[in-house]
Amino acid sequence: MGKWSTFTDGFVKNNPTFVLVLGMCPTLATTTSAVNGLEMGLATLFVLVLSNIVISLLAPVVPDKVHIPVYIVVIATFVTVLQFIMQAYTPDAYKTLGLFIPLIVVNCIVLGRAEAFANKHGVLESLLDGLGVGFGFTVSLTVIGIVREILGSGSVFGWKFISGDGILAFVMAPGAFLVLGYLMVLFNKYLKKS
Amino acid sequence: MEYIIIIVSAIFVNNIVLSQFLGICPFLGVSNKLSTATGMSGAVCFVITLATLVTYLLNQYLLVPFGLEFLQTIAFILVIAALVQMVEIVLKKISPSLYQALGIFLPLITTNCAVLGVAITVVTKEFTFGAESHMLNLGQAIVYALATSVGYGLAMVLFAGLREHLALNEVPKSFKGLPIALITVGILALAFLGFSGIV
Amino acid sequence: MVLCLTLVCLFCSAVLAVVYAITADPIKAAEQKALVESISQVLPSGGELSDVATAEFGGQKFDYYISTANGAPAAYAVKSSTIGFGGPLTLMVGVLPDGTVYNTSVLSHSETPGLGAKCNTDAKFMDQWKGLGADKVIKVTKDGGDIDAITASTITSRAYSLAVSNAVAFVKSIVKAEED
Repeated sequence: MGKWSTFTDGFVKNNPTFVLVLGMCPTLATTTSAVNGLEMGLATLFVLVLSNIVISLLAPVVPDKVHIPVYIVVIATFVTVLQFIMQAYTPDAYKTLGLFIPLIVVNCIVLGRAEAFANKHGVLESLLDGLGVGFGFTVSLTVIGIVREILGSGSVFGWKFISGDGILAFVMAPGAFLVLGYLMVLFNKYLKKS
Repeated sequence: MEYIIIIVSAIFVNNIVLSQFLGICPFLGVSNKLSTATGMSGAVCFVITLATLVTYLLNQYLLVPFGLEFLQTIAFILVIAALVQMVEIVLKKISPSLYQALGIFLPLITTNCAVLGVAITVVTKEFTFGAESHMLNLGQAIVYALATSVGYGLAMVLFAGLREHLALNEVPKSFKGLPIALITVGILALAFLGFSGIV
Repeated sequence: MVLCLTLVCLFCSAVLAVVYAITADPIKAAEQKALVESISQVLPSGGELSDVATAEFGGQKFDYYISTANGAPAAYAVKSSTIGFGGPLTLMVGVLPDGTVYNTSVLSHSETPGLGAKCNTDAKFMDQWKGLGADKVIKVTKDGGDIDAITASTITSRAYSLAVSNAVAFVKSIVKAEED
C-alpha cells in the first residue's frame, strides 16, 4: 500500500500543477492544444523518472556541498539526451515545443523532486515518485490543453466539432493564465481535501 | 534602428512573462509586495544581462569552433549557476548595501527559466527587422537581454501593485491566493496583447 | 568535492558524446526525410530529383531542386523565405517551367497559433496557389490579386504570396537563362 500511494500522491495530493504550483512556464506555454500539452508532459516525465533514479543512486556518495550542481548536471544530461531522441524520432514535436525542451533543466518540478524525495529514498520509490508526479503533470497539462483547444479552436485532439474559429484569445497568452486560474478554482473546490 | 526594434519588441510586444511564459515561478512567488518585486527585478536584470554576455561568448568562441553545440544546455546552466554564485560573493565584498537589497533573490535566480531561456534564444533564434532577419551580434544580444529584463521588471512591478490591492479585497474561498492572481495576470496579458503588431 | 564534481561532469559529457554519436545519423535521416517529403509534395510525381543547387536572384539566395523527366526539366522545387508576422516564413514552392505554381508547402514558420499558423493547416488557403503564376499576379485580394487571405492574418498571407511570387520569378529567370 505504501509504495502504491507514493505513485498516486502525484495525481491529486501532490499534483505538481494545481497543488505544488511548480513548472508553470511549460504549463502555460505549451498547452495551446491537447496534443502539445500531452507531449510536453511526457517529455518532462521522461526526464523526471530517469533523473530521480540516478539521483537516488548518487545521493549517498555525493558530498553535501556540491549536491545541487551535481543534480543539475545529471538533469541537464538527460534533457540533452531527450533533445537528441526527439530530434531524431519526433522532429515535429521537437519543433512545436521548441525552447521549452531545453528549459526542462530549470523546471522546478525536476530539481524539486530530486531535492525533496529522490535523495532521501531508494531507487524503486524514487522511480514510482517520478512516475506519479510525471503522470500527474502530464494529465494536468493535457486537461489544460483540452480546455484551451475547445475554447480556442473548437476541437479536441485535432478533431474539429465546431466549424469556424474559436475564441482566439484562449490559444494566445492570456487564455493560458485564465484557463489555469479557473481550473485551479475548480480543483480547490472539488478535489482538494483540507 | 535595429536597437529600437529590439527594445520595443522585448519590453512590450514579446514581453517575457506575459507572452513568452518565461520566469513565471518567481513572478508568481515574490510578487506579493511591491518592494520585493522591485528587488527581484533588479537582481534578474543584473543576472540575465551578465549571463547572456558570458554564454554568448562561450558559445561563439568555445562551443561552435569545437563542434560542441550539443553541450549547449549543460554548459549554459552550469555557467549561469556559477555566475550567480560569483555575483553573490562579489556583491557581498564590494557593495554590501546592494547585496542586502538583492542578496536573498540571487540563489532563486539559478532556476529562473528566464535566464536560461534568454541565453538559449539569443544563440539559436533569428530576429526579424522589418523585411529581413538575422542572428543577433554581441551588442544586440546585450541590448536584447537588458530590454527583456526591463520587460520582466515592468510586468513584475505592475502585477505586484495589482496584487497589493487584491489582498485587501474579499474574494470567494476557492479563488483565494493563486487562482485569482492567475486570472489577474490573464487580464494583464490581454492588455499587453494590444501591443502586438507595433513593430 | 571538486573531484566529485569533475568526475560527474566528465562522465555526463561522455554519455552525451555517445548519445550524440548514436543519434546523429537518425537526426540527419529525419531532416532529409522531411525535406524529401516537402519536395515531393509540391512537385508532380515521377521525375528524377537533382541535388540541391543555389543561385542568386534579386538580391536573395534561393536553394532549388530540379525534377527531370525524359531528359528535360519537368518542374522546380524552390525554397523561398520571407518575413511573416512572427518571424521568418519558409516555403517550398513547386513551379513548372512555364512559371505555373504546382503546389506549395510550409517548411517553417513562427506565426501566431490559431491565426497566421493556419497558413500551414487551412486547406482552403493552401489550395488556392495551385495553377497560379504563368500570367496572373500573385497577390492577396486586398492588394488587387486573387488570393483570399486568412481571416485576421493579412500580414502572414502577404508574406506567403510574396514568397510564392518570388519563387515563380526566380524559376522564370533560371528557365530563361537556360534557354539563352
